[in-house]
Amino acid sequence: MAILITEKTRVIVQGFTGRIGSFHAADMIKHGTNVVGGVTPGRGGESHLDRPLFNTVREAVEATGAEASLVFVPPPFAADAIMEAADAGIKTAVCVTDGIPSQDMMKVKRFLKRYPEERKMRLIGPNCAGIISPGKGFMGIMPPHIYMPGRVGIVGRSGTLGYEAASQMKALGIGVSTSVGIGGDPINGSSFKDILELFEKDPETDAVMMIGEIGGPQEAEAAAYARDHMKKPVVAYIAGLSAPKGRKMGHAGAIISAFGESAQEKVEILEAAGITVAPNPSAMGETMARVLQVRQAA
Amino acid sequence: MDIHEYQAKEILARFGVPVPRGGLAYSPEQAGYRARELGGNAWVVKAQIHSGGRGAAGGVKLCRDEHEVATFAASLFGKQLVTKQTDANGKGVYRLWVEAASDIAREMYLGFVLDRKTERIMIVASAHGGMEIEDLAETDPDSLRRMTIDPAVGLSEFQARELAFALGLKGGQIAQMVTILKACYRAYRDLDAVMVEINPLVITGAGDLVALDAKMSFDTNALFRRPQVAELRDRSQEDPRESTAGDHGLSYVGLTGDIGCIINGAGLAMATMDMIKLAGGEPANFLDIGGGASPERVVKAFQTVLADRNVGVVLVNIFAGINRCDWVAEGVVTAYRQLGLTLPVVVRLAGTNVEEGRKIIETSGLPLISADTLAEAAAKAVAARPRIAA
Repeated sequence: MAILITEKTRVIVQGFTGRIGSFHAADMIKHGTNVVGGVTPGRGGESHLDRPLFNTVREAVEATGAEASLVFVPPPFAADAIMEAADAGIKTAVCVTDGIPSQDMMKVKRFLKRYPEERKMRLIGPNCAGIISPGKGFMGIMPPHIYMPGRVGIVGRSGTLGYEAASQMKALGIGVSTSVGIGGDPINGSSFKDILELFEKDPETDAVMMIGEIGGPQEAEAAAYARDHMKKPVVAYIAGLSAPKGRKMGHAGAIISAFGESAQEKVEILEAAGITVAPNPSAMGETMARVLQVRQAA
Repeated sequence: MDIHEYQAKEILARFGVPVPRGGLAYSPEQAGYRARELGGNAWVVKAQIHSGGRGAAGGVKLCRDEHEVATFAASLFGKQLVTKQTDANGKGVYRLWVEAASDIAREMYLGFVLDRKTERIMIVASAHGGMEIEDLAETDPDSLRRMTIDPAVGLSEFQARELAFALGLKGGQIAQMVTILKACYRAYRDLDAVMVEINPLVITGAGDLVALDAKMSFDTNALFRRPQVAELRDRSQEDPRESTAGDHGLSYVGLTGDIGCIINGAGLAMATMDMIKLAGGEPANFLDIGGGASPERVVKAFQTVLADRNVGVVLVNIFAGINRCDWVAEGVVTAYRQLGLTLPVVVRLAGTNVEEGRKIIETSGLPLISADTLAEAAAKAVAARPRIAA
């Protein structure tokens, strides 16, 4: 079944006709993703990449039954686009956009809470590579050929480091059920814990690779969740051991500003919760292989 | 983006925070004139740099006459002030703030930050101020009061009152504190700040609240809609390499090692630096070339990294998704030729168009060192470092 996206998921793209949106949507279609349309205000009724265009997300949902939306909208308008998706009844939105103001995201998070549980939208990102269930479909900007279908889930802040993990695992014959990029911003739609919950429930996932980095409280929260509520093994890696305090390392969220936010402190918190931490970024694949072998032997 | 103390005070005063009277000076003569203009018989002269810890570093002085103001100002202008928050080079002093000295009865701390756990604006306050919040959190954690603000409602009067009473304020001070809290909150919200700090917030001998120091920092992602904030940027306070790199779409942070790094993606960049350290080397920088990097941007990345004289080796590590290995390879080859490089360059390519990329590197005839994996790339970069003559 994988999580968040399968070959059946009906996907629309907000910002479908933009240069970047168009390029990646074409790649998604080529790899079997069920893209049913796109939204570009003012161009409703036209078609693009052989899919219908709509003026609003609501129209797109009514006409196509779309459940998921990929948001490729520039930073000043991205928060509005996400809220539009939520209001139109989209179940899962993935926002790739980098550079959304943090107060806009504060507003978005508050807005998403207003809906009752059964029609609440799940947001992945922003500033993320997206989600992929290899062989089934993907929403985002990742190179799909580096993923092998399989039974390990990946969740990480960084896109490229997620690719690194997937390719290390592929080299060892370990495939991926779903890979989720939660993004590098300080306020994001879904946390590590949110995604771990989904993987724990997914019958097609046996173990999870979690790739964190310096800054923020989400790895520690995930560690507590894994310790108290997960039966499936979690392997982790935390980037930024060599990062100086108080300096932003590329991602808006990657800055050590409080106790427990350095890579070393996070590694200690994860290990204390019983999570196997890869000693270095080249050892993500082999650490997962070792954990899976132990599990098989048991 | 950081701004100067005097700019933060001007902004906060506009929103209703009481600040001492003062004036800006660009020369020692101007500083003396400001003192005369303000009147009185005691002034505080403060170096305007983007850093805390100025007092301990000798950047702040209480002066008793105009001559002392001008002499102290003359000693500061053009100086690189090194505080415990700056690097060893310090920050250049090009502006001074001259302020009428305040009569201080008590110092408190007040800060507004983005709390990532609750995803709300959080107020942090303490009945004791004057020292850095980190030290305060360590020496007197019980004195810290924290309060988060619901973004849909804003800061409520009752919350502000609760905080005022918790800090031990009395009588008319309660209303003054409520005004200050609401003003700071509005400034934070309306200008897309990420930090507002008043430290110390003082009670004067007459019992009134005054912001004796102020710091504000802003969300760079929101500057497109805050031109009045964007224009406060002071490039003299930034690392010139970092700001120039930023102008070219590169995210760069200078460090102290000798292995220059050119990488795509912030996570992979941090991981590669970790790998270098594990292999026994030291990274010279963090550099993310971003997505869809053209050969020209790769050349710019080389220029940025090589502007650091400590760099003895360059490590290029690309895992292309939205990027293309062939474009990066072209950039590497062009940079090597155009910039007349002689130092060792290690290149690791993976992902989109990797075969084309590797072919460009191999057929270039240049002494580039290829690596297949992250571990191999780091090991080769460390091994390729020029031996330092003893």
